Amino acid sequence: MSYVIVGSCIKDDACIEVCPVDCIHPKVGAPDFETAEQLYIDPQVCIDCDACVEACPVDAIFADFELPEKYGYALELNGQFFDERSTAERTAA
Amino acid sequence: MARTRPRVAIVGAGPAGAFAAACLLRARGDAEIDLFERLPTPWGLLRAGVAPDHQEIKRLQDAFDRTLKRGCRLFANVEVGVDVSHSELMRHYTAVIYATGAQTDKSLGIPGEDLLGSWAATEFVAWYNGHPDYRELQFDLSAQRAVVIGNGNVAADVTRMLTLSDAELKRTDMAGHALEALRESAIREVIVLGRRGPAQAAFTSAELRELGHLDGVDVRVESGEIELDGVSQQWLDEEGTFTARKNVELLREFAGRQARRDARRRIELRFLCSPVKIRGAGRVEAIDVRRNEIVRADDGSLRARALDDEPETIECGLVLRSVGYRAVPLPHVPFDERHFVLPNERGRVLTPEGQPLRGVYAVGWIKRGPTGILGTNKRDAEETVSSLVEDLHAAALTQPAAPDREQIDALLAERKPDVVSAEGWRAIDGDELARGRRKQRPRVKLASRSELLAAAAGSRSAAGSMDSAIT
Repeated sequence: MSYVIVGSCIKDDACIEVCPVDCIHPKVGAPDFETAEQLYIDPQVCIDCDACVEACPVDAIFADFELPEKYGYALELNGQFFDERSTAERTAA
Repeated sequence: MARTRPRVAIVGAGPAGAFAAACLLRARGDAEIDLFERLPTPWGLLRAGVAPDHQEIKRLQDAFDRTLKRGCRLFANVEVGVDVSHSELMRHYTAVIYATGAQTDKSLGIPGEDLLGSWAATEFVAWYNGHPDYRELQFDLSAQRAVVIGNGNVAADVTRMLTLSDAELKRTDMAGHALEALRESAIREVIVLGRRGPAQAAFTSAELRELGHLDGVDVRVESGEIELDGVSQQWLDEEGTFTARKNVELLREFAGRQARRDARRRIELRFLCSPVKIRGAGRVEAIDVRRNEIVRADDGSLRARALDDEPETIECGLVLRSVGYRAVPLPHVPFDERHFVLPNERGRVLTPEGQPLRGVYAVGWIKRGPTGILGTNKRDAEETVSSLVEDLHAAALTQPAAPDREQIDALLAERKPDVVSAEGWRAIDGDELARGRRKQRPRVKLASRSELLAAAAGSRSAAGSMDSAIT
């Protein structure tokens, strides 16, 4: 499983600060940070520790199996963000 | 003994001011912070801007309220520049941080903009969110079609408010007067106009996606609208953001949908067209729009350029212009008239000569312009607060002439006997939440200054009179 950030994210970076495995991106200072509309959790790296859920001031993070229906899109979206990012990095390299 | 605790006034209790207060408390636990707010309630656009159906975002209020419990004082219902001047603040505080935001809207500069029925979207937003200065506005919702100009999240918000059902609106904390007016709304169609193309739309994909999933609302995008021109396609492939690609994907999906005959209301998204004239005898009857094309400007940005076509006339009875916010100058503080911000370097306000104006700082939209989302203010506040903390550390700030808390308290007691403290705000908040519980709504807002002040005053009376304030 993985945790998932939904569209009500306000880009408060409290989740990034508490994440023990650094799986929430883009981080402050990254080239795509300013243009990102929300933060995303890398499902390949997330260890389901729950720390970000506690830290989020607007409750925008859910476990994938508890994702409310209206945010159903978000699971795929979080994964896609990292797929595209790694493609972009490979292209840039 | 020399006084060492820094005293800081933050002017404006919106998200930028709230994040600055929290950040300063973390950085300098010894700071005495007073948060000044023009309205009787704090939290600015979190309360009066964020759409009422986005209650999850309003939860940020809890984090802001915690700052007030940690020693930051609130002086709401006090207008700096009117009730207390900048120079008076400088007499009482080591530093003043301006967090006044961008209080007005940009204009389109087209004929007919001031006709009755043509409004800044921000006026509509403030009205439905219960901002006390806007409650008397009368929006005529008797026409069948409204036109929203702009492609950002405010445009998306007002479009949703015009199309949600009464049952859905009742589940929000929309102000009562707006709920009543929208219940009677005859509007069946909202046309949203974007100056540029689908790839340049400023909506977040979350907001755009929402427009496509409203119950009983048909969202239409003509298939011709989503064929990208060469310049846009190249931009999207090479430089496009994740959000821009998602937006184009969503718009293509919308364009592929079958029209729904059973829809209560209809949203049409149109791109590459700019309003050129709002028409009507005394009030809005129609809007003329002209087609644009996308061109790459010398600075590399993608701009809309008007085509030579004849304008098209769209009949409508309501126009909401949502093309951005703009800050207004503050009395006795430098202002950059070109960029509509306080001239500053890392939050230190600068004199016209470019020197730091000792003890004066800026944060939020008045510092960087109206960009970013709520959390953007957190980083912005960290920057300003670190400048302030550096200056404190370097002993670069002057000790205020009247450094005792009691002195500013006495001045305010004389000028503004009805100042709303943190305790007063808690009473307002508690009152609104209690009213909400009775109506099975998240909150029922008190939308006039007199009601807000009466609820706040309840906190000052004996406990027994609290009950009467709540009912």
